[in-house]
Amino acid sequence: MDTLSDVSTLTAVILASALRLSVPLIAACLAGLWSERSGVVDIGLEGKMLIAAFASAAAAYATHSAWIGLGAGILASVAFALLHGFAAISQRGNQIVSGVAINLLAAGLTAVIGNAWYGQGGRTPPLEGPARFQDLVLPGATVIKSVPVIGPLYADVLSGNPVPVYLTLIAVALTSFVMARTRFGLRLRAVGNYPGAVDTAGVSVALLRYRAVIISGVLCGIGGTYLSVSQAAGFLPLMTAGKGFIALAALIFAHWRAWPALGACLLFGLLDAVSIRLQGAVLPGSISVPVQAIQALPYLMTVILLAGFVGRAIPPRASGIPYVKER
Amino acid sequence: MSTPIDLPRWADIGLVPAVATVAAFLVAGLVVMSIGESPLEATRILIEGSLGSAEGIGFTLYYATNFIFAGLAVAVAFHAGLFNIGAEGQATLGGLGAALVALSLDWLPGFVVLPLAILAAAAFGALWGFIPGYLQAKRGSHVVITTIMFNFLAAILIVYLLVNVMGNPKSMAPETRNFGPNAHLPFIHALAQAMGLNMPATPLNLSFPLALLAAFGVWLLIYRSRLGYAIRTVGASPAAAVYAGVSPERITMLTMALSGSLAAGLAVNEVLGVQQHLLLEFTSGYGFVGIAVALMGRAHPVGVVLAALLFGMLYQGGAELSFDHPAITRDMVTVIGGVLILFAGALDGLFRRAVALVLPRRLVA
Amino acid sequence: MPALSPVTTPSVTMPPPAIELIGIDKSFGAVRANRDVNLTVAKGTIHGIVGENGAGKSTLMSILYGFYEADAGEIRVDGQSVRIANSQIAIKAGIGMVFQHFMLVDELSVLDNVMLGAEGGAMLAEGARQARAALAGFAKDYGLAIDPDALVGHLSVGQQQRVEIVKALYRGANVLVLDEPTAVLTPSEATALFTLLAALKAQGKTIILITHKLQEIMAATDRVSVMRQGQILATLETAKTSPRELASLMVGRDVLLQVEKQPREPGKTVLDVKGLGFVDERGVTRLQNLSFSLREGEIVGVAGVAGNGQSELLSVLAGIIAPSTGTIALLGKELSARALNPRELRRRGLLHVPEDRLRMGLVPPFPAYESAALGFEHEERYGRGPLFDRAAMVGDLEGRMQDYDVRPRDALLKTAKFSGGNQQKIVLAREIERSPKVLLVGQPTRGVDIGAIEFIHRRLVALRDEGVAILIVSVELEEIMSLSDRVIVMCGGRITGERRREATDTGDLGLLMAGVDSEAA
Repeated sequence: MDTLSDVSTLTAVILASALRLSVPLIAACLAGLWSERSGVVDIGLEGKMLIAAFASAAAAYATHSAWIGLGAGILASVAFALLHGFAAISQRGNQIVSGVAINLLAAGLTAVIGNAWYGQGGRTPPLEGPARFQDLVLPGATVIKSVPVIGPLYADVLSGNPVPVYLTLIAVALTSFVMARTRFGLRLRAVGNYPGAVDTAGVSVALLRYRAVIISGVLCGIGGTYLSVSQAAGFLPLMTAGKGFIALAALIFAHWRAWPALGACLLFGLLDAVSIRLQGAVLPGSISVPVQAIQALPYLMTVILLAGFVGRAIPPRASGIPYVKER
Repeated sequence: MSTPIDLPRWADIGLVPAVATVAAFLVAGLVVMSIGESPLEATRILIEGSLGSAEGIGFTLYYATNFIFAGLAVAVAFHAGLFNIGAEGQATLGGLGAALVALSLDWLPGFVVLPLAILAAAAFGALWGFIPGYLQAKRGSHVVITTIMFNFLAAILIVYLLVNVMGNPKSMAPETRNFGPNAHLPFIHALAQAMGLNMPATPLNLSFPLALLAAFGVWLLIYRSRLGYAIRTVGASPAAAVYAGVSPERITMLTMALSGSLAAGLAVNEVLGVQQHLLLEFTSGYGFVGIAVALMGRAHPVGVVLAALLFGMLYQGGAELSFDHPAITRDMVTVIGGVLILFAGALDGLFRRAVALVLPRRLVA
Repeated sequence: MPALSPVTTPSVTMPPPAIELIGIDKSFGAVRANRDVNLTVAKGTIHGIVGENGAGKSTLMSILYGFYEADAGEIRVDGQSVRIANSQIAIKAGIGMVFQHFMLVDELSVLDNVMLGAEGGAMLAEGARQARAALAGFAKDYGLAIDPDALVGHLSVGQQQRVEIVKALYRGANVLVLDEPTAVLTPSEATALFTLLAALKAQGKTIILITHKLQEIMAATDRVSVMRQGQILATLETAKTSPRELASLMVGRDVLLQVEKQPREPGKTVLDVKGLGFVDERGVTRLQNLSFSLREGEIVGVAGVAGNGQSELLSVLAGIIAPSTGTIALLGKELSARALNPRELRRRGLLHVPEDRLRMGLVPPFPAYESAALGFEHEERYGRGPLFDRAAMVGDLEGRMQDYDVRPRDALLKTAKFSGGNQQKIVLAREIERSPKVLLVGQPTRGVDIGAIEFIHRRLVALRDEGVAILIVSVELEEIMSLSDRVIVMCGGRITGERRREATDTGDLGLLMAGVDSEAA
């Protein structure tokens, strides 16, 4: 009985850790989903999350309010998203180049401004108390806890997380719903594949894409805010550490769909959580799994997927192609 | 907005990037002002720190070396219509190759081991560029995403190797032991001293002339060789390439390999020249600035060298600047790089239109 | 209301014409695409519009559908004057258009495509209900059976076309315009389409059918208007005309350009094509069982309306795409799959002036001397070794610029800066100067000024006099008539007829071009 509850507890701990680690991925992944399904390639997820992380931490520190921090993070991310949108949609510029620029800009600006304001090598001062989101205990958590399997899953993994976690999970459901069941979602799916059809139907391609890009900014804002305000209690230089690109990988893996995106990001988060546990550990059979092998998995899997070895990864047809009216 | 604007060649190559650069600096100036510093003062220190002394120039050229190699790598790929974001990873692999040769063969005389190490660096870098190129050509995987992934894979690989396989047991940090003196690429100041000239010590080493040579080689290749003709044709018009009997797939793979080997020059500079052992993160963002350099330089080797020199100045001047004004860190260079990539790259159309408005009507087709 | 319809019986109240175009003028720069066009389409009829490419049909329909506004003239729908400033207005006026290139999203279902832009609310559920009901209604009224949940990308081309028609009907179209609808259909799909059109007409819809296929006009329409060079030449009752009459109206009787040509006895066969077939990635058959041969010292012209397989024929013969069936023999030797590539064919003396010089024949951003070496950059005349002799390339072109009167005489100038005619001369010079045994030429004078046209034609005839076998593909029938010793006509991917130049005329060729087989005529 003891080992069972030990295993159960360990599983719960790892799963809880996996969920928390995957939240920035999910947020960024959804952001990429909205943008790419409307036809705008976005490799600047990393940069948008980073600037959001910084802005939210700075605002939360200044106002001692996590919610204001969230607002600031979203605003910053949306600003960058609009910059990318302007270059990609209105100026019909190269969307990859624009994304690279966004990433560099964010990295540079957060470092310069962070250093200028706080002088701690680019970090913000640590956030405490109301400047961070409190852990929310979901209703009925203590009651269900004793129920086998579902209990710990609900009480220890799902419940007891800060607000941005739930915002992100709700965003997954919302994304799936809006995409499939609303007029906006239909038009968006159309414009990402064949904007000509949308244009001849009398709907503005540019407006649709701008809306998608703004949504993308909001989502990156939530993800970035979670990173600094919730997870790390402050901004650290380059704290996104490639999560924006892993999110891109997850997006490709999920074939640009919301629920599979959740699954892919949870998987990557799980890999992350496991790799932390496995550091230096020796498995039965004396095989020492190098932590790097697990770290490399998300990237390797993406490459293998892109190479078409595990099914085809076909992005929205009009992705990355600026729309020019053909007359 | 749908008709492309045709500017005269000198405006295309020179004026538009110049305008974009000035605009980028203006934006940077705004950022500097927003953190309470004076842009003019910052510019003065920047120029003085980078060009005002022999030591400063030495450092500037040393940084420029990295940017030349990275810029050339991206530029060559551009000519084939490919966007190589993987210079960082390719340089990392290049460093690995150089280190492997240096560590095992540094008992051989310098004129044997150094060329071998350089060749190994180029070969490893070429491999890391070739694979994404192959995947693009044969499997249709977008080279941008694959090179980004390969950047991360390279970084993870090198951590693993340095921690578990190649690491120096005597050191706490993940790095190899120092290479033997035969495997050091000589410093310029050391060579100068040997010839009786007095030069301050800087990291500037033989890889700088190597970089210039590479720039010349790239120019010869792209603009004067048959292979370069094929590369440019594939980049300009794949249909014309097919018509001419050139295989776009072959060219894609070849160009990515070439691009990777150029990026490895970065490693030659840092690993064989300056650090003289293999360590983590020696590429430290040079690869991405290389993108800005290539865009600014319009993918032409001369432009790349000039843009690389500018960024070298920024890096060195930026270091000096952060001494006197700790608020302005070297990350300003990253900001400028980002803005430049935006202006000279994604917003290129905007600037071309702006320039076309200002030029007399007859010059604009 | 002024009576415009010539058939007016005072005692019967005629419903106003569904569509009236009065005095429509439209120019694009110097090109007058539509010239004082007057068209009356009676309600509840199927009205055909025939004409060659460039006759102005597409422009006219674009004006009707609101993509452009006419420079002058009036549009009346059901007798009411309407200003159609954009497609929304056209749709509201009851005009629906089915394009040649479908405006469908392959990745979405039929229902989604039908709803797109007319969803009837922010949430899709209600709109989907209405759309399904409407689709069921169409199935009942017109026999238009389409599975609403099928993915458009999985449908056949014929079914996709039906979705386009449904889209128009769903938006309340009373007038349906179909632009070259059978261009991508199989014969049985085309028959099904016309059955559908008849059913629509029976329910009171008006249909405008744009096509160049005379069989269809004769079979399906009540009236037909012939367009040529931007004007409507005539509007006739279909029952009272014939394919011959329509064909000669369509292509015109006069041959404006005549190049001087001495008759010449052709020599031995240098190119032999047997049973050539090609199916593209979408599964559409582009070439069907083509067999013909080319002999030394003759010009064979391939006539036909654009899009009937001529482009594919050239690409296959030039080694750019691989045929699905059939054989090609060059100079007596059958070409293996390996040998069918541009480089090898060039080596054996088969050269190619492509139809699309800007996309294929030249590289616009390159300086002219580099474009002038396209396909031959590996030759020894440009030096040995990895580097090419730039001076040799430049000198080469400069010499040719002299011979071919290319202006400006600047070999270093960017290719894009030359006029169409001069660009074409550069391409021609490049291919001709290499003494081909067989020369494939696509649209030799497209976008070329009159002076250059004359020059190019004379050069081609001179080449033929030297014994070269030349295959010319052109949509300009006059050009074919002027240059060819023999004419092959293609329609729908097949050869509909082969004639010696002396034994044919534009009427005859026009019929063949319009799909009337030599036997059926």
